[in-house]
Amino acid sequence: MLKHRMIKFILSRMVAPILYLVAFGWGLGRSINTGSGSYLDFLVPGILALNSMNIAFNSLSPLHGERVYHKSIEEYFTAPINPLSFVIGKILAAILRGMISSAIIIVLAYLFGANFMITPLFLLVLILNCAIFAEIGFYAAMTIDSYEDMGRFNTYILMPMSFLCGTFFSPDKLPKLFYYFIHALPLTHTSLLLREIGRGAPPELLSVLVLLLYTAVCFWLCARVTKKAQQ
Amino acid sequence: MLRLENVRKTFLYKNAKGKESTKVAVDNMNLRIDDGEIFGLLGPNGAGKTTIIKMLTMLSRPTKGNIYYGKLNTRNDAQAIKKLIGVVPQHINFDQDLTVGENMQLHGRLHHMPRKDREQCISEMLRYVELSERVNDSVRALSGGMKRRLLIVRALMHKPSILFLDEPTVALDPQVRRRIWDLIRKMHKAGVTIVLTTHYIEEAEALCDRVAIINKGKLIALDTPKALQEKIGSYAVEWDKENGEREFKIFHSKEQAKAFANNLSQQNILRRRSNLEDVFVELTGRKVNS
Repeated sequence: MLKHRMIKFILSRMVAPILYLVAFGWGLGRSINTGSGSYLDFLVPGILALNSMNIAFNSLSPLHGERVYHKSIEEYFTAPINPLSFVIGKILAAILRGMISSAIIIVLAYLFGANFMITPLFLLVLILNCAIFAEIGFYAAMTIDSYEDMGRFNTYILMPMSFLCGTFFSPDKLPKLFYYFIHALPLTHTSLLLREIGRGAPPELLSVLVLLLYTAVCFWLCARVTKKAQQ
Repeated sequence: MLRLENVRKTFLYKNAKGKESTKVAVDNMNLRIDDGEIFGLLGPNGAGKTTIIKMLTMLSRPTKGNIYYGKLNTRNDAQAIKKLIGVVPQHINFDQDLTVGENMQLHGRLHHMPRKDREQCISEMLRYVELSERVNDSVRALSGGMKRRLLIVRALMHKPSILFLDEPTVALDPQVRRRIWDLIRKMHKAGVTIVLTTHYIEEAEALCDRVAIINKGKLIALDTPKALQEKIGSYAVEWDKENGEREFKIFHSKEQAKAFANNLSQQNILRRRSNLEDVFVELTGRKVNS
């Protein structure tokens, strides 16, 4: 049953990234000049970043229903388990889903003819990106009270990030003020890192540190909100 | 033994104008629940029963006061206490995407039961509530009564010594309700201490050794159902008022009740034994189900 749910969940959320890959990479991308390599090679890291973000975040949005409507979260809170086990379990499950969907995108990208390298650091960056957005999803699900507000979070936070954080075009082309704002967001660093590592360039260590910092701070927030919810 | 000492619970809430106020849900509650008894918390909706259960099961923390399980305190020994208790919530809180068996497995794993024990226990428990054949069905496919029975045996899987049931028969038809009562009695015979909340008078009378009557967060009476009835008087006379509402009066002797009834000129006069509903009305001036 759980496996069935996971397959259904991943497949339904992979339609959009695959369409982006086909439309912008394969179709429109043939006529776009990036200055260095094909647009498909430029696009794939961005699609991986936004897809892993969406899958990881949305893996934990049902937690909102478990807390507010079904109250199945109480089954965990009345069990003799450490609250941190609950947080870690939920986040690891979301990371797993994010990585499975990323693996599918990578296979498809190679089939479409994209060229990029996969190194351990490339995978680490993907894992960190999944962890950050799983944690954000967890925090949102544990604090937001209505279904509508969960939907708004997707619309006002994730959707703009999907398009602006170095996924479809370089953030260098944005106005200065916007550029700095975009660089404060984790998805930008994931996109830039995946692109650099993918084409064999040395990665920006500051970006890795930013992702690590986001992961740690968001995890702390998740642990805090879980302890608070239990009380 | 379970003790509540000066327990108080307050909530902050915002009114329509956005102004914050404090609501007292449970006020200075002192209670003692003995091992092996069926203890009932009786009161109308909103009286504070569920808040008390939530504090007892550590889903909520008292604003003031302490709750003890023997020498263990809910503030410091939550993990140890959680091993002793089973919780049957008011809401059907299964994972809706899992089967009957998977929900039971999840519970067993959360309570660190070894795989072999888990399998054996699931099969025994499902047989106990006649749900063995539904083990691979989604919980969504079960009827309301089946879900309630499953909730109860799930809470018993890890063999708790105290079982909390929050409105265990709410919204069930009388036949299913009686099956649940039988199940509760069986567990009690097996040595489990039972704490239940209800707003059904007949449920409290049928099951409970002792009853705490709660109103507006306060404990207003505590005793056996029989002793509570005797305190206000064991005999009641009911009649129709002119506006169609029922009125009643309580008497300490059968003769007094009979004499009063004989002198009444109103319609539909009924003489009966007093019940916990009468106790509640006498003490609060309102009905439990109001």
